[in-house]
Amino acid sequence: MRSYGPYTKEVMSHFKKPKNMGRIKNPDGVGKVGNVVCGDVMYLYIRVKKNKKGRDVISDIKFETFGCVAAIATSSMITNLAKGKTIEKALKITKSDIAKALGGLPKIKLHCSVLANDALTEAIYNYLTKNKLPIPKELEKRHKRIKKETEFVEEKFKDYIKMEKEIWGIKGK
Amino acid sequence: MKKVYMDYGATTPVDPRVLKAMEPYFIRDYGNSMSFHSFGVKAKEALEDSREKVANLMNASPKEVIFTGSATESDNMALKGIAFANRNKGKHLIISSIEHHAVLEPIKWLEKQGFEVTHLPVDKYGLVDLNKLEDAIRKDTILVSIIFGNNEIGVIQDIKGIGKICREKGVYFHSDAAQAFGKVPIDVKKMNVDLLTINAHKVYGPKGVGGLYVRNGIEIGPLLHGGGHEFGLRSSTVNVAGIVGLSEVAEIQKKEMNADARKQIKLRDRLIKETLKIEDSHLNGHPTKRLPNNAHFWFAYIEGESLMMQLDVHGIAVSTGSACSSGSLEPSHVLLATGLKHEQAHGSLRLTIGKYTKKEEVNYVLEVLPNVVKKLREISPFKGRWK
Repeated sequence: MRSYGPYTKEVMSHFKKPKNMGRIKNPDGVGKVGNVVCGDVMYLYIRVKKNKKGRDVISDIKFETFGCVAAIATSSMITNLAKGKTIEKALKITKSDIAKALGGLPKIKLHCSVLANDALTEAIYNYLTKNKLPIPKELEKRHKRIKKETEFVEEKFKDYIKMEKEIWGIKGK
Repeated sequence: MKKVYMDYGATTPVDPRVLKAMEPYFIRDYGNSMSFHSFGVKAKEALEDSREKVANLMNASPKEVIFTGSATESDNMALKGIAFANRNKGKHLIISSIEHHAVLEPIKWLEKQGFEVTHLPVDKYGLVDLNKLEDAIRKDTILVSIIFGNNEIGVIQDIKGIGKICREKGVYFHSDAAQAFGKVPIDVKKMNVDLLTINAHKVYGPKGVGGLYVRNGIEIGPLLHGGGHEFGLRSSTVNVAGIVGLSEVAEIQKKEMNADARKQIKLRDRLIKETLKIEDSHLNGHPTKRLPNNAHFWFAYIEGESLMMQLDVHGIAVSTGSACSSGSLEPSHVLLATGLKHEQAHGSLRLTIGKYTKKEEVNYVLEVLPNVVKKLREISPFKGRWK
């Protein structure tokens, strides 16, 4: 296989054929995050179901990403990693898990794996809040940081976001 | 797989005629141009013959042409060389806000050395407003530096108009013509240009060869001190073979430039016209005041590096001004200067063609591009009115 600039073949294969791409209608949780560094934007949708043991499991997950090769590949990878996992286990996925599963990322693109992880965190936070479920302390902390960063990006992209809302009637957070 | 090169703005293949002209100076006539023996004389003759040919393409005198190692070096020499040789006259410099990094960075460095710099704004096409230039020139202004044909959006400035103002005000005028030399007519006398940066590898010549036109009588100092080559302005053993390559480029372009430009403008305009049929696609730069080989767009809702790599998957080589593909993760300052917002610059794409670009290649790109844009918009959370 030919090589593609700074990217591994795993990155390129997820970029060329992203897994779990798209929107979930009436999702149980949505994570909308933006990258303060470069301006990439990622939306992550989850469907949650109870498993036999009565635990919450991510039964379906989809993403939409406005960003570079690494942003698309990390989005695709996080959906792969989180699908079928319990909420508890999904929260334990780290940015390095994503980068590792992709065979590594260029140093300058490591922030993309943070973004993908943040999107999942936010989707789970959104699910837990909507269902008035207890929020782990660590998750609350992560949510606060992400929220602050996302506000910054939403300001950058306000025209696009406003237009999307007008056209598609997508509800804000 | 089909391979299409649409990144002539990055660099070009060497014209076989240029390579052929260079070859003897590697193998047979390899002397040092500073030696007095027959080997040296042969090299010296080739050097001076080259100087005449290069000068000829821009209507300069041979002694006004200094050979350098790159356009970046020429820009550095023009800015630093003028600034330091004229600091008794003033410490103010003026540049446009769409200069190449080879101008921006030395300018930043000069600011640290105590020089003051005005960055002229541009309009939505990237054009400098001559009235604003006139207003910006102060009593202590020593140099104006404005790019001839922009490397990103391809806009060509009113160089003659800028030159006229600078000459009337008694201020030196440098223009970076790295992208314009050999592609569009340049007459340094008619245009009142005092310093002009050129290079070989953007016009089918070798890499590692540049030049700086320095008008007779201009006060300038060297960057490199040493054996006193190039009238004491650029010490270094002379790259005779490379310079012969640049002079061959000048000879060829003198004869073929107009026909090349006509052919490329036709292809370029087809690329532009057809690409703009893609919903929410926009042209950057001026519709007609642009380099014959440059087409530059932004596509809403998608990101440029993804676009570039999707095209690469299809064998098409292009470039982008997106934040994601820059080392700094900031979008192109050129695109922001033309009024584009961060997210718009995020989706930028540069297609630069050349004299070897075929109609079939343009057709192939036009066939692939809409599908690739569509695919990335399917992935994007923003779809706008497109879907």
